[in-house]
Amino acid sequence: MTKIFNRIPWLGLFSLMAGLLAWELTARLSGLPRFILPAPGDVWRSFIKALTTGTLLYHTAITLTEIVLGMLAGVTFATVVGYSLAKSRTLEKVLAPYLVASQAIPIVAIAPLLVIWLGDGILSKVIICALIVFFPVLVNTIVGVRAVPTALYDLMNSVRATRWQILFKLELPASLPILLGGLRVGATLSVIGAIVGELVDAQEGLGYLLQLGDFQYDTSMVYVAVFVLIFLALGLYGIVTLLEKRFLKWQTVSSSR
Amino acid sequence: MTIKPILTVKNISAVFPDDNGGLLALDDISFEVRPQEFICFLGPSGSGKTTLLRILAGLLPPTTGQVNFIRNQHPEIGMVFQQSNLMPWRSVMDNIKLPLELEGMGDAKARIKTREMIDLVGLNGFENSWPRELSGGMAQRVAIARALIHDPDLLLLDEPFASLDALTRERMWTELSRIWQARQKTVIMVTHSINESLFLADRVLVLTQRPGKIKLDVEVDLPRPRKDDIRYTPHFGKLARKLRETIE
Repeated sequence: MTKIFNRIPWLGLFSLMAGLLAWELTARLSGLPRFILPAPGDVWRSFIKALTTGTLLYHTAITLTEIVLGMLAGVTFATVVGYSLAKSRTLEKVLAPYLVASQAIPIVAIAPLLVIWLGDGILSKVIICALIVFFPVLVNTIVGVRAVPTALYDLMNSVRATRWQILFKLELPASLPILLGGLRVGATLSVIGAIVGELVDAQEGLGYLLQLGDFQYDTSMVYVAVFVLIFLALGLYGIVTLLEKRFLKWQTVSSSR
Repeated sequence: MTIKPILTVKNISAVFPDDNGGLLALDDISFEVRPQEFICFLGPSGSGKTTLLRILAGLLPPTTGQVNFIRNQHPEIGMVFQQSNLMPWRSVMDNIKLPLELEGMGDAKARIKTREMIDLVGLNGFENSWPRELSGGMAQRVAIARALIHDPDLLLLDEPFASLDALTRERMWTELSRIWQARQKTVIMVTHSINESLFLADRVLVLTQRPGKIKLDVEVDLPRPRKDDIRYTPHFGKLARKLRETIE
C-alpha cells in the first residue's frame, strides 16, 4: 500500500481531489440543506473560523492531552503487566479470566460509569483511553517476550548477564517489532477512547465540539471535528511508523546496498 | 602429566525428569583439562554432548558430581552454538562487542578490541552488516569472534560447524585452528565428526550412546600447525579408524 503511494504520490493526490470534487458536486446538485450535507467550502470556512477564534486549537489540545496521557498510562501499565504475565504462567492463569472479561465489555458501556466515578473532567477520559490502549499492547507484550529465542537466553547466561542486562539488551530489542505493532493498534484506538469519554459528558475537547455542533445543527463544525480527529489518528500512527523506521532498520531489506 | 589441570570434572551425571523415573543423559563423567588444551568430545547424537557442554557453561546444574575450575569457581566462558545465534538487531560489530558491553567496558575501548577481533576472524568490511546479510560461514565467524572477545578462560564449542556445508566446514577448521593458535585458549568442543575432532583437537574423548559415558580418551599426536592434507596421512587414518571402531 504505502509503497505504491510513495512511488506515485500523484495518484493519491488525484484520488483525494476527485473525492472532494464528487462531494462538492453532490452537495450542490442534490439540493440537500447545509445542516444535512455541507459542501467542502462550508466545512473549510467553519475550520478557518474555529481556527482564528482559537476554539479549535483549545479543544484539540485538550483531546490530545487526554490521548497522550492515556496512552502513556495504558502502555506503561500494559507492558509491566504483560511482561509479568509472559514470565509467569501461574500469574497468567490467575489473571487471564479477568483480562479477557474486561475485553468482553465494550468500552462504550462502561464509559458512563467511569465518568460518574471520576467526574466529567480530563481524568475520566485519560482512564478510558488507557483502558482501550491497554489490551492490544498487553497481548503484544506477552507474545513479544515469549517469542524471544531461548538460545539467546543461553548466550546471555553463558556470559553471565544480569537480569537487567537481559531485559534491556535482549528482551526489549527482541520483542520491539511485536511491541510496536501493539502500539500501532493502540495509537488509533486511543483516539476513539478519548472521544467516547468526551461524548458521554465533557465541557471541552473535540468530542464536546462535535456534540455542540450536533446540538446546534452546525453540521460543518461536526465535519471539522471529525477531520481533526482523523488527522490526530494519522499523526499518531505516523509517529509509530517513524519509531519502527528508526528502531527496526535491521528488518527492512536493504536494496540500496 | 606434571601440568596442573585448569578444569576438573568429577563424576557428573545428568538426569532429565520424565514419566518413568527420569532419563539418564550423562553417566559418571570424569576428566581433566590442561591449560590451553583443545579437547574434543566425539559422540553420536543422543550421547549427551550438548548437555555436557551446558553443564560446563553453567547453564544447567549437574544432577550429581562436580565441576571445579582451578583459578576461580566462575570462569569466564565463551560459547559458540550450533546456530550462530546472533542478535538480528545488532550489526556485526555490535554483536561481537556484546560481551564487552555487559562487562561495562567503555565504548571507545570496546570498539578497538572489536576491530582487532574482526581482523582476526577475517571479516573486515562487514563491520556494519546485519546478520541476515551474512552467509552461514560468516555468521559463525562472528559467533567465534564474540565468544573470544572478552578473553574467556574457557571456550566452549557446541558443534559449531554442523549447520555449514561440507566445503565451508573444512575451511572453518583451518580458520579455527589458526585462531586457536593465535589466542591459545583452553577449548572444549563437541562434535560428531571424526575428521573434525582429529583435525582440531589435542585430545579426543569418545562418548557412548545414551547414557553418555567416556569410552575412550586419545591423545592426537599430529604435528601442528595442521594443514588440510594432514587428513590423508596414514597416522590420521589410523587414529580415525580407532575412533570409528569405538563409536560402533
